Amino acid sequence: MNYEEFRDFRIADFHRLFRSGELTPSALTTAFLDRIRQTDDRLNAFLLVNEEEALREASELDHASLDDTLPSLFGIPVAVKDNICTRGIPTTCGSKILADFRPPYNATVVDRLRRSGAILLGKTNLDQFAMGSSTENSAFGPTRNPFDPERVSGGSSGGSAASVAAFQVPLALGSDTGGSVRQPAAFCGVVGLRPTYGRISRYGLISFASSLDQIGPIARNVEDAAILFEALSGEDRQDSTCAPYPPFSCREIPPAETVRNVTIGVPREYFTSGLEKPVADVIRHTLDRLDREGFRLQEISLPHTDYALEAYYIVAPAEASSNLARYGGVLYGYRSANVQGLLDLYCKTRSEGFGLEVKRRIMLGTYSLSSGYYDEFYLKGMQVRTLVRRDFEKAFEQCDVLLSPVTPGVPFRIGEKVVDPYQMYLTDVYTVPSAMAGIASLSLNCGYVEGLPVGMQVMTAPFREGVLFGFSRWLEAFLDLPTPWPGRFGREEAH
Amino acid sequence: MAGYNVTIGIEVHCHLSTQAKMFCRCGTDYIGKEPNSLTCPVCLGIPGSLPVLNRKVLELALKAALALDCDILPRVVFHRKNYFYPDLPKGYQISQYDFPIGVNGIIRYEVGGLIREIRIKRVHTEEDAGKLVHQGEGFRFAQSGVDYNRSGIPLVEIVTEPDLTSPEEARECLMMLRTIVRYLEVSDGNMEEGSLRCDANISLSNTPGEMGVKVEVKNMNSFRSVYRALQFEVERQSSILRSNRPVIQETRHWDEMKNVTVAARGKEEAEDYRYFPDPDLLPMNISDALLTEIRASLTEMPLHRKERFMNDYELTGNEAEILVTNKNLADFFEECLKDFRKPRLVCNWVLTEILRYLNEEGQEINQSKLTPRMLAELLRLLEKKEISGTIAKNVLEDMFLTGSGPREIIARKGISFISNEKELEKIVREMIEKNPQSVADYLSGKEKAFNFLVGAVMKATRGQASPELVKTVLARELQAGG
Ligand SMILES: [Zn+2]
Repeated sequence: MNYEEFRDFRIADFHRLFRSGELTPSALTTAFLDRIRQTDDRLNAFLLVNEEEALREASELDHASLDDTLPSLFGIPVAVKDNICTRGIPTTCGSKILADFRPPYNATVVDRLRRSGAILLGKTNLDQFAMGSSTENSAFGPTRNPFDPERVSGGSSGGSAASVAAFQVPLALGSDTGGSVRQPAAFCGVVGLRPTYGRISRYGLISFASSLDQIGPIARNVEDAAILFEALSGEDRQDSTCAPYPPFSCREIPPAETVRNVTIGVPREYFTSGLEKPVADVIRHTLDRLDREGFRLQEISLPHTDYALEAYYIVAPAEASSNLARYGGVLYGYRSANVQGLLDLYCKTRSEGFGLEVKRRIMLGTYSLSSGYYDEFYLKGMQVRTLVRRDFEKAFEQCDVLLSPVTPGVPFRIGEKVVDPYQMYLTDVYTVPSAMAGIASLSLNCGYVEGLPVGMQVMTAPFREGVLFGFSRWLEAFLDLPTPWPGRFGREEAH
Repeated sequence: MAGYNVTIGIEVHCHLSTQAKMFCRCGTDYIGKEPNSLTCPVCLGIPGSLPVLNRKVLELALKAALALDCDILPRVVFHRKNYFYPDLPKGYQISQYDFPIGVNGIIRYEVGGLIREIRIKRVHTEEDAGKLVHQGEGFRFAQSGVDYNRSGIPLVEIVTEPDLTSPEEARECLMMLRTIVRYLEVSDGNMEEGSLRCDANISLSNTPGEMGVKVEVKNMNSFRSVYRALQFEVERQSSILRSNRPVIQETRHWDEMKNVTVAARGKEEAEDYRYFPDPDLLPMNISDALLTEIRASLTEMPLHRKERFMNDYELTGNEAEILVTNKNLADFFEECLKDFRKPRLVCNWVLTEILRYLNEEGQEINQSKLTPRMLAELLRLLEKKEISGTIAKNVLEDMFLTGSGPREIIARKGISFISNEKELEKIVREMIEKNPQSVADYLSGKEKAFNFLVGAVMKATRGQASPELVKTVLARELQAGG
């Protein structure tokens, strides 16, 4: 199989070849497995390749009768972030503490993938427990950026974003708590969606911060992302926070002519001194083109943006400190050897099992929830969160979509920010507010700076994913950038 | 107790009678089950699993709160109570904190013939933890296992204000709480099986109306141990105060074997549970429709029922007490009255013959084949003197065994009772004619002769006549003849 030939393929194109008999699910799966084999010792996007089972599943599909109504993801390999539970298949959260954990059940999204005919190709690398912005916090080594292996792939869904960018797999699932789908998608030049909170079941997603976590699709184009989202979305009786809404349907996506009528809001607070000039230039250039194209652009204000990040770093660690209390070496996962008594079991297991960033956030969260500090920290954080949400509500009274940068800069070098947690946290400054507000938000490649991708963030009001996809699909076509094809990694390029 | 004022408050945890656990669909019937056989990812806290509230839990808790006259809070918010222990799979317990189900309630109960009113501080729900199982001997070789079958079973927690003034009151109040939860069918209230548990706090002071240093007593698993543990604390704290030493604020465990309370490790005192709203469970509003529905399902409370039994049916306090403490028995009694309105007679039969039979068989009235309608019918026959008391007792036993009605049993057994006075008159006259000597004796004042004649009539009817009726007819006929 020639990858160059397939680089612009969408799900629909693979399905066309399946129907015409030029390609089988087995052949496609084998091709992607080959691609992973060739490239992943350099990239480290995968923690586990589900080779045998994927081939077995694919060969079962080979014999299926192919009529016009193929399940939406029939025969399409998908990679799943390793904080999403897969029955019997290790799910490590990128942490030593769950290195040997094999969940006894499937996450709802995994069952839905299977129902849609997708093939689970493997589990992708991430920052431990999805805490981080570079995938350097993985206990199993960092995932490298396919555009420049000396740089980070972003985080925490770095493995998923890199695997899609490097075309090791056409689709992947990530999870976004404060920007963990959109930021690595931007760094890797692919499409990443953070859906409205409650649109995709969290059942089986190993919790980091329950009120913020959302599973999101990562794809090579907007259309594929929408199809993947369609397959995953919808109410789930196993998740009380999942919205009682019908599943998203691609039929909700408005046609191009309608999209041209949208009003675009540009939040003033996202273009301040923290935004690096080369990135600002690419974004401004895109906005100018939209302006010339006749769109109504309007500067708006999200006044509490400055406080959103601080509030996030109170609320998310608080929930994390509680969600991660279960890792104590009693029921599953890593258990420290040679312990003396119960307290020692807890202390040593957690000291040895968790990474530095995880411990830092557990400490932060424990502190802000402790009696005497609750009002001052956790409660304040939640109040700020309400103000941030109101900012967006007001903004969406004036406009249909908001456009902004995804990250303040281009992918940084491995090791560059890991020494300074605060600098690392700042890379999420544009993705955190929308996460705190629970709205829908998508990252889309809008250009390059010295060969490194720059993402554009498209945001809509909650449950307006139809408009989000409609506008993004139009923008993608309008920008007409080549689909990502980073070439500087892996064995094949070595000679 | 040498002048010290005793102040006691109790905290009662009851397993709610639901089929499924609080946040998953695992069964709750864990007694005698293989350890960890009633578990799933949710109640084991397996990473990624999420809780979904069992609506029945809310309904039962509301029922308890309403029955205790609580103000119902319009919004239910679940909080996480964070602490580490191996029997707590998630590292936190889902509980309620500043939004319980109900607040400011009242419980009325009787002690020493007087009605007491104790304020209820709050009623809330929470999930139970698992259970540690220790094996092996001696500390060094001991092994501990955890059984999570109990993990996630719903509890309702009822907390009283410190309004109790003696261990005896605490025991009576607890007994009344158990009767109430059983009445409401909210919990089976079984202390031996751990589905009803009680903690108490107790303080002693010199000054009336003032509270001393509070000591919490845990691990009491019977009414008797609640009474004895609190009595022990009264003695212990009195003697400390008498010697002018300070009582230490602490948690103490009741040691059933040694009959003493012992101080728990100091750490438990310093615990900071870091409560915060559980982000996996959204707040819920309690609708008026739901409250109305639950209010309508409330049954009369035992103390009120007792008073009503005494007033309306003229039962003694003791009789009413026995009846109402067992809701099924009281229900049976009242149901029977609908068909046969002689409370005194029904009560006698229920408290003697029926209770005796149930006790012998180890049965509950609602498990037996006897229905209130059957008893009413039997008592009607008895009252009309159609059967004798001996026969009635005999028939009752048969009803328990077979579930057949009294007439059916009488017919089956061939007890063709003589109810027809005319027929009886004939036999009586026959007997008078056959025994002139006895008639003469009777007429000359010998009472014994009358009994002889009754016996003769009974014999002639093969015991199928009501002796009362025989006596009446005989007396009348003798009078007429004489
Ligand atoms: Zn369960």
